[in-house]
Parts: sequence; C-alpha cells; structure tokens
Amino acid sequence: MIKLQGLHKSYGAKEILSGIDIEVNKGETVAIIGPSGAGKSTALRCINLLETPDKGTLTIAGKSYDLAKLTSKEILEIRQSTAMVFQNFSLFENKTALQNITLPLIKAKKINKEEAEKIAIENLTQVGLLDWKDHTPSQLSGGQQQRVGIARALALKPDVILFDEPTSALDPEKVQDVLEIIKRISKEQHITSVIVTHELEFALDVADKIVFLADGKVVEEGTAKEVLKNPKDERTIKFLGHFADKLEYVI
Amino acid sequence: MSARLLKIIADALPKILLSGITVTVPLTLISFAIGMILAIVVAVVRVLKIKVLSEFFRFYVWVFRGTPLLVQLFIIFYGLPGVGLNIPAFPSAIIAFSLNVGAYASETIRGAIVSVPKSQTEGAIACGLTSWQAIYFIVLPQAIKACIPALFNTFISLIKDTSLAANITITEMFMKTQRIVATTYEPLALYIEVALIYLLFSTGLTYLQKYAEKKLSYNSRKVQTA
Repeated sequence: MIKLQGLHKSYGAKEILSGIDIEVNKGETVAIIGPSGAGKSTALRCINLLETPDKGTLTIAGKSYDLAKLTSKEILEIRQSTAMVFQNFSLFENKTALQNITLPLIKAKKINKEEAEKIAIENLTQVGLLDWKDHTPSQLSGGQQQRVGIARALALKPDVILFDEPTSALDPEKVQDVLEIIKRISKEQHITSVIVTHELEFALDVADKIVFLADGKVVEEGTAKEVLKNPKDERTIKFLGHFADKLEYVI
Repeated sequence: MSARLLKIIADALPKILLSGITVTVPLTLISFAIGMILAIVVAVVRVLKIKVLSEFFRFYVWVFRGTPLLVQLFIIFYGLPGVGLNIPAFPSAIIAFSLNVGAYASETIRGAIVSVPKSQTEGAIACGLTSWQAIYFIVLPQAIKACIPALFNTFISLIKDTSLAANITITEMFMKTQRIVATTYEPLALYIEVALIYLLFSTGLTYLQKYAEKKLSYNSRKVQTA
C-alpha cells in the first residue's frame, strides 16, 4: 500500500499542490485525471521525488517518510521502491532495449548479470518486443520505446509503478497498443499503480479508483462509476461534461 | 637540390623522429591522458554544482584558459623555484600541458553533458540509480561520444603545442631541429622537414579519431538522404 498525505508543492510564489491525499491499496490501480495545469504530473513526480515536495508524508513499503526533510539515503530508498513510465519514455539512448532493463537491475538492485538478463527477456516478452532486444531506442518506434519503458518498470518489481501520461507522446494508432498492454499487465500481474492520463475511457476501464484533481486539490475521489454518476464538484461536472456521451457508453 | 642538402635532410630524419618518439609523443600522450581525467572531473563537478569545489574549478578554468601556455610553462619551471619548488623540466611540462588541456576540454565536456536530454537522467534516477551512476553509465558515454571531434581538436593542438617545451630546456622535436639547424645552416629545409613530421603525427591522430568515432557509435541507424 502507498499513502500520500498533505502533499504541498509550490514553484516560487505559485502554489501547484495545496494538500493532496492519495491512497493506493496493494494491487490497485488509481488514475489521476483532471484539467491540464491541475498539477497531476507534479503530484506523481513528487512521489518519486523528481520534484521536491514542500510538505507531506509518504508511506511506502511499510515505512513513513516526512517529505519536507529527506536524506539522500531516504530519497534513494523511495526511488528504489517505485518505478516510473514516462511520457517521453526516458530510455537510455546509449543502451539496447535489453540493457535499458538490465542496467537498473544490475546497478540499483545488485542482481547479477545472468539473472538480470533472464528477467529482462521475460519482461520484453511480456510486452512483445523480444525480437527487438538488441536495438537501441532510436531504432524503435515511439510505441515500441514505451513498451520497453513499461518492461523496464515491471522488471524492477517496485511497490508501485507511476505512469506519467504514458500515451500522450504517441502516434494515435499506437495509443491503443500501449493502453492494452498497461491494462493487461495491471489485471494479470496485479501491479500497484498510479496513472496520470488524458485517456478518460481507459482510466474508467482500468482504474479501481479515480482521483479528480483541480486547482491543486483532490476535488473528487471514488470508483469510476461514483465519480461519473454522482459528481459533486462543479469542476468535475464541467470536465466530465465533455466526455459524457462516451462515458455512458463505457459504463 | 644539392647532394649535401639531401644528406643533411636524410641524416636529420632519424634524429628528429627519435626525439619525436621519445619526447614529443610521450609528452603529448601523458599530458592528454591526465588532462582528460581532470577535464571529466571538473566538468561533472561543475554540472552537479558541488559547493566550493565547483567554484574552485571555475576559477581554475578561468585562469588556465585566459593565460598563454608559454607563460604557464615559464611560471612552473622558472618561477616556482623562487618559492623553493624545483620541478624538473619534463614533469613541469606535463603539469602545464595537463592543466591547460584539462581547462579547455572540461568546457567541451561540460557542454556535451548538458546537451544529453535531462529525461535520461530522470529515467535513471527514477529506476533507483544514484546521480553518480546516472552520469557514469548514461550521460558521460553519450557526452564523450558527442565531443570526440572537439576533443581531438584539443589533442592535435597539444601535439603541436609541445614544441613550446623547447623553451624550458626539453629536447623535443623542435629543439632537436633547431640544434641541427645551428650546425648545418639549412633552416628552410629542416624546419619544413620537422613541420612535415608534425603533420604526420597529427594525421595519425585524425585516423585515431575516425577509429574512436566508429568504436563509440552505438547507433547504427543511417540517415536517409534524398
């Protein structure tokens, strides 16, 4: 289980997040949705400290951390219990698909090379890219790169995988492929994940819980059905309004 | 060309080459190797903005890029004995050349490090690697590859600049040639001869550069041109 409490983050005088609480149970998928500029990605990036939070508590892997004062050892601990799938893939350009997965296993998790390669091959097979294992990122399409990104995150067996708009940099025809993979691994492997996405249909389909973020606050939270059928906040109603037709179809 | 001149040129060749191989080449290789290590350390420290050390290195780069190499050689070899620090000629030259190369190359490498997309560092640290591991395994290999041509500029400059060591009593190729000129009175032919030998060494480095670029290429995708 991971639990985020009272997360605050400002850039200079501008407050981006003003006290956010998110709780994700083991094996659960939580989707963070909301209008752009709401602070969705910032919230996600505060969990693995790619952004430095101003205030808040994070509980992960049975340990609580005061986000306002973390030692570098604690930062490393938190990062090692999480993994992230990035919007722009963030693959290592000087490494092959296989090495992109084995490098963190060998250097961060101290797994030996043979074992790491075995894990990498399993995970590349999962995302259907075994034949591409010796290609570097620049030789792969966007969709393929993101699948390597997903395999890299899965291979680390983290307590939670953070998906930061995993499909927004992809060609339209590749979006479904990647969403299907995320959906499949979420269901099959019971991974715990937090997904920031603009793909509302997908969020409703895959998420056990939806968190609606607006103006730096969680304004709505619940199962997909609850949030849709009974939106309480005006901003949620307005945001969901655009998607209403589609959503009725999905549910 | 007279037979006498031809004989002078032919006699000079092994002598100049010998001083080249025993002095100019080691001086260049050792200074470049030390300079490169220094340059990488300085560049990484400055990119990571490590307190105090980063400021100190900035000062170092400022001084060594802003003053003539010849003056640096003179201060180390002729100046430092004034404060009781006697360094023999060859080590003096190594120190001056390494510090000079380190200052120039650190800026080249720093620029290349900054040009590697930050997203890759984020990718690495998000996987649980430390910042140092991210730099060592991901950023530096790409940065070094990107600055191979610029670093070879520095390397080629260095092999020519070692001729300045003649001024601090080191008998490298140029000093050797000067001595032969002094006894034969054939400056034009002999200085052209040594120039050609420098050119030969520089050309060797050009081939090494090609080899290094090929060796370091991990991206075999060809760019299609119309």
